[in-house]
Amino acid sequence: MGEYDVVVVGAGHAGCEAALAPARMGLSTLMLSITLEAIAMMPCNPSIGGTGKGHLVREIDALGGEMGINIDKSFIQSKMLNTAKGPAVHSLRAQADKELYHTEMKKTIENTPNLHMKQAEVMEILMENGKASGIVTRTGAIYNAKTVIIATGTFLGGRIFIGESAYDSGPNGMAVSVYLSDSLKKLGIPLRRFKTGTPARIDGKSLNYDKMIVQHGDENIVPFSFMNENTGENKIDCWLTYTNEVTHDIIRRNFHRSALFTGEIEGVGPRYCPSIETKIDRFKDKERHQLFVEPEGLSTDEMYIQGMSSSLPEDVQTAFYRSIAGLENAEIVRPAYAIEYDCINSLDLKTTLESKIIENLYFAGQTNGSSGYEEAAAQGLMAGINAALKVKGEEPFILDRSEAYIGVLIDDLVTKGTDEPYRIMTSRAEYRLLLRQDNAADRLTEKSYKIGLATEERYQRYINIKNDTEKEIARLNNTSVSPETANPFLKSIGSASIDKKETLASLLKRPQVTYDNLVEIDNERPQISYHSRVQVHVNIKYEGYIAKQLKQIEKFKKLESRRLPKDINYMELEGLRLEAREKLNAFKPDSVGQASRISGISPADINVLLVHLERMRHGGKYNL
Amino acid sequence: MEQTIAAIATAPGEGGIGIVRISGSEALGILKDVFRYKSGKILSEVEERRMIYGNIVDENGIVDEAMVVYMKSPRTYTGEDVVEIQCHGSIISLRRILSLALERGAALAERGEFTKRAFLNGRIDLSQAEAVIDVIKAKSDAGYDSAVMQLQGGLSDTVKKIRLSLADLLSDIVAHIEYPEEDLEELTYKNIISELDLISADIKKLADSFDTGRTIREGLRVCIVGRPNVGKSSLMNSILKVERAIVTDIPGTTRDTIEESASIGGIPVIITDTAGIRETDDTIEKIGIEKSRLSILSADFIIMMIDGSSDLLEEDFDILYSIRDKKSVIVLNKTDLDQKITKEYFCGSEDIKKIFSDIKMPVVVELSTVTMDGLDALTDEVKKSVYNGETSASGDILITNVRHLSLLKESLNSISDAKGMLENEEALDFAECDIRSAWLSLGEITGEAVTDDVIQEVFSRFCLGK
Repeated sequence: MGEYDVVVVGAGHAGCEAALAPARMGLSTLMLSITLEAIAMMPCNPSIGGTGKGHLVREIDALGGEMGINIDKSFIQSKMLNTAKGPAVHSLRAQADKELYHTEMKKTIENTPNLHMKQAEVMEILMENGKASGIVTRTGAIYNAKTVIIATGTFLGGRIFIGESAYDSGPNGMAVSVYLSDSLKKLGIPLRRFKTGTPARIDGKSLNYDKMIVQHGDENIVPFSFMNENTGENKIDCWLTYTNEVTHDIIRRNFHRSALFTGEIEGVGPRYCPSIETKIDRFKDKERHQLFVEPEGLSTDEMYIQGMSSSLPEDVQTAFYRSIAGLENAEIVRPAYAIEYDCINSLDLKTTLESKIIENLYFAGQTNGSSGYEEAAAQGLMAGINAALKVKGEEPFILDRSEAYIGVLIDDLVTKGTDEPYRIMTSRAEYRLLLRQDNAADRLTEKSYKIGLATEERYQRYINIKNDTEKEIARLNNTSVSPETANPFLKSIGSASIDKKETLASLLKRPQVTYDNLVEIDNERPQISYHSRVQVHVNIKYEGYIAKQLKQIEKFKKLESRRLPKDINYMELEGLRLEAREKLNAFKPDSVGQASRISGISPADINVLLVHLERMRHGGKYNL
Repeated sequence: MEQTIAAIATAPGEGGIGIVRISGSEALGILKDVFRYKSGKILSEVEERRMIYGNIVDENGIVDEAMVVYMKSPRTYTGEDVVEIQCHGSIISLRRILSLALERGAALAERGEFTKRAFLNGRIDLSQAEAVIDVIKAKSDAGYDSAVMQLQGGLSDTVKKIRLSLADLLSDIVAHIEYPEEDLEELTYKNIISELDLISADIKKLADSFDTGRTIREGLRVCIVGRPNVGKSSLMNSILKVERAIVTDIPGTTRDTIEESASIGGIPVIITDTAGIRETDDTIEKIGIEKSRLSILSADFIIMMIDGSSDLLEEDFDILYSIRDKKSVIVLNKTDLDQKITKEYFCGSEDIKKIFSDIKMPVVVELSTVTMDGLDALTDEVKKSVYNGETSASGDILITNVRHLSLLKESLNSISDAKGMLENEEALDFAECDIRSAWLSLGEITGEAVTDDVIQEVFSRFCLGK
């Protein structure tokens, strides 16, 4: 039925980015979904961003992905988290209007040249000469493709559990993808079962808001996308309430009816996203658990009950939700459920997200064992870019751990692997101070522009903002203020006075001073973008720490740049422990750096490896 | 860029001169930091491959006099910038200079690492490279002396325990950073700081045990001193159980220092019998006495002998004064004869008390080198000086490896950085980075794989998530 450069199976957060990137890079792309209603669907929480995740969104945006732009169009409340902490862990999070998020993304897909979408269930991966060459749909349509990206999320072999009942289903009551799992298994790709869950949606009209604590958004809203300056206002509030002893009692009495405890579910669930019954079982001393009531959008009364996912039967759900202050008359619109699905082992992937087992076949998102919209989108984008580059015959596009959270995410998945749905966290990044959300464009836009993804408009804007930032930093370093000018201001913010002239930059290094409040004694301040302002502030204030971390990165880079040929027979390497030989032989790492992160490989092993590498180079056995 | 490394390049043991070698991009910087010309001038311009004479200094002054040479990359042994510091051969001076280099950012070179770098930078050929692999291999296969092994097993347990406390603390902090909206128990800077204080006290205790551990490995340098004919050589012989030193009743018989290895109560010692210290016109004896004084300086422990059957002489007071800052024991010898000076008399004497007015007086032991009465008491004092007041290791952990010591010191520095951050009320995540570094440094001692166990800890301890 058609010939494409890239065919993407799935239209969730991974699928959309995976399809948009190659199309924008000029390749003919087809995106398939069981239902087009599932395009950029948010089947769980109605928000984008958060700690670590907000960083991913900024990076996706800096690379020319869509998530940041789309949430800027569709958010209804926005909040910068962790502002009391350092700039490296400030994290933006926005509540989305789910319906709007879906329709805006769908519009973008429809209006992107080179990109086609079709409603179809993919049944089989076609092979030619041992490489993926296309797909077959359930209706028998064949689409030939140079590369195929699988981004099936929880649709693949999905099974929903609510109390005693269990049935095959995709997320949110959508159709399940039945046949593709078998096709993958036939190709020799091992599958496993992971599990996740979502809380009930409740009719907002049935809630008593007087009994809950209101949660406002930020006064000053900042955009996710580098392309935006102002994105509007908060349109709605969220609410906070707590469980109590009665809630816990109801749940405890019904443990035996939860699919999680009856052994029905074999999949592994994420520890950071436990169901309410797991929380109560594991943390017996905790007297109450908090829950946030979050609107699902402006065009609906449905409310998402964050913190209360469950696989208990509906009657128990009704009882325990109603035991909570403010939820006494709660009407459940959609019950909470647990869902189990097929995913692959991410250790079977290369750093490009191409399968190590089948060439030209890529995987992205939840099907790789990750969790979260943002993690999925990041992988989708990278799989899309790399599939496109492969078709074009160009070098792969790989971000390392010192360049991006995306690099950390993918390296963790493909090098360390994961035994549960993987969530990004700021503490997973070694070079956190450099991987800030405020400098994502600085880190990534130029790279993306070079491979033909970031648009000319984005690149020009990046260059302008970068110039503004540099100029402004230089100006602050060269502008001095006298004690007469500075001291009243310093006194007013509780900072020690000065007795001779000092530069504005040196004042900015003080704990009480910010770039924003410094304006009081800075008469020549230019009008610059929000994105510049944050960077000026952070770069000056944390100069010392940044320099320290840059130095650590040099060392890291050295090991990353030592490439390892794929044809080394590690079993032959004298002096290497047997376990290390076996691990390295099975894994075939790309670089010495990657080898050092494989579990079970010790620093001593790496030393021996380095010596052998050098010997091989001198011996000319391998082309290094 | 490779980490700059440093090590003592000369063979272990006493030699006329010793060399500390530093290799890497920071080598010259470190040299400039620790070297001063005789005049006190700083080394600014350095000519390559030229010996320069001066002093190695630290914050307290001169450590040793030294000849130093700077060799510029790539025409050096390792192919990197290399600095060599030639100083006196005493292990104390070498070790002090090495730690100055480590404190300034150099890492302790692993065995064979200079050679490895030489190879990696193409300075030596293939067959030599094979030898390097053998060295590395030998290292991992090498059996340690079982006593040391035992101690290291205990070390790993102790370090693991400390790491667990750090992981607990880290997971607290991580939970607060990753889940800013959860209703977690408040985490105050004060509590983190006091927790860090406890942890660094534990680490410090380990680091401090290095001296004990080193003694067990390299031997305690014991020096027997006293004025002539108080029985020093007799004591030496009773410890060695052979007639090594010529014993006569003629004062001044021992004219040179005699050094021997022996064991006191299971502790290896390098024992030095010295020429009796007195005013003399005999040139040879004078030289011997000068050497005695130098031996005192380099000893870990002094046995000061006094003839209990005679009055205290001016020379006794002089010697007592010269050893007052050293770890020591005072032996009142010749209890087989009539005693003029008993322990009570000695300790009660105002003149003696004056010498030790501001510091603790050493323990006094009564002994007869003829009957051997009192030798056990003396043995116990030697042991106590090694085991920090105990007469045996009592299951305490001893650090014997300089690499471990430098990792312990790194972790102490990181913890102190973290405390600094918290005391300045900097953001929590800055302190987290430093606490994590401390945790990682300790992990290098135990060789525990660096996995995401802090994150695991977060989820097992806190109820988090949607």
